[in-house]
Amino acid sequence: MAGPLEQFEVNTIVPLEVAGYDISITNSAVYMAITLLTIMFFMVGGMRKTALVPGRWQSSVEMCYEFIAKMLGDTAGPDGRKYFPFLFTLFMFILAANLIGMVPWVHAFTVTSHIAVTFAMAFFIFIGVTIIGFIKHGIGFLKFFVPGDAPVALLPLLVVIEVVSYLSRPISLSVRLFANMVAGHTMLKVFGGFVVSLAAAGGVLAVGSIVPFAFIVALTGLELLVACLQAYVFAVLTCIYLNDALHMH
Amino acid sequence: MTDDRKKSDEMKANLDDLSARVSAAREANEPKESRGFREATTYGIATRLVAELVAGILVGVLFGWYLDQWLNTKPWLMIILIMIGAAAGIMNVMRAAKQLAPSNTYNKDDD
Repeated sequence: MAGPLEQFEVNTIVPLEVAGYDISITNSAVYMAITLLTIMFFMVGGMRKTALVPGRWQSSVEMCYEFIAKMLGDTAGPDGRKYFPFLFTLFMFILAANLIGMVPWVHAFTVTSHIAVTFAMAFFIFIGVTIIGFIKHGIGFLKFFVPGDAPVALLPLLVVIEVVSYLSRPISLSVRLFANMVAGHTMLKVFGGFVVSLAAAGGVLAVGSIVPFAFIVALTGLELLVACLQAYVFAVLTCIYLNDALHMH
Repeated sequence: MTDDRKKSDEMKANLDDLSARVSAAREANEPKESRGFREATTYGIATRLVAELVAGILVGVLFGWYLDQWLNTKPWLMIILIMIGAAAGIMNVMRAAKQLAPSNTYNKDDD
């Protein structure tokens, strides 16, 4: 039986090497491609014939659109509108990757359960938002790190704390998503292991395997919620960071 | 004449009833949605606050470690930066909590 952490292993499927760099196609890359294709299928399929009165498929696509548009408008204001495509892509990618990771039986790989993936996304958001801040406010963006109503004696310390706090943003953003995914999927596998070993023990214990099985059912529901929620949290925090860069608090 | 008036009264009552029912249905739909959403996000708030705190300390550790390696000042910068990181983490949590407070919008942050 597979260990609870084996589901996170990255396996090379097609070995490739370019100029000394290993760019093999791994199961992670394959699942990213599957994620993108799923999103494309969902979006293009829903918008194939745009009816004035939308059907089920079209209205679910429109719901995603409106959800993100509203969130962006609420948090970052009208200036944030032009970053909508990026934010929508980000949200859909994380949501689809999380949900595809929840597909049972096919040994689905959860792309977002790797810190390398989530940190790459968070780091590019961090860099992008910082650049937007400097473009919008010029060198005045550095005032972001100076708290307004602080005594002068404490200012150097507070500026250092502010800078560290700013630097911690990509880390908290990426660790949250990654930790949630790893914790949830590991827990599911551990309870799955209980079911199998109890059932294999036979006799009264085999009847007892119904208990961890019931837990798995409940946890699967929870994990579906977490999958959507973490995609939302990631997107909303990106909005907040964008708002900070655009309006400086 | 009386019959006509009766009829129109009845129609008006019908319409009033309908509009009352429509607005009731609308109201019944809306708060339910937002309440469900808020309940769902409690878990999100919890993970968010924890991650903010841990991230501050983690940044302190990482930067302290690398700066120590680079400047050969083991272990002082790491000790100082862990403390600063913890302070930043606590500040992050307080900020996040303030943003999450229901009466506050994100734009009206007063610091």
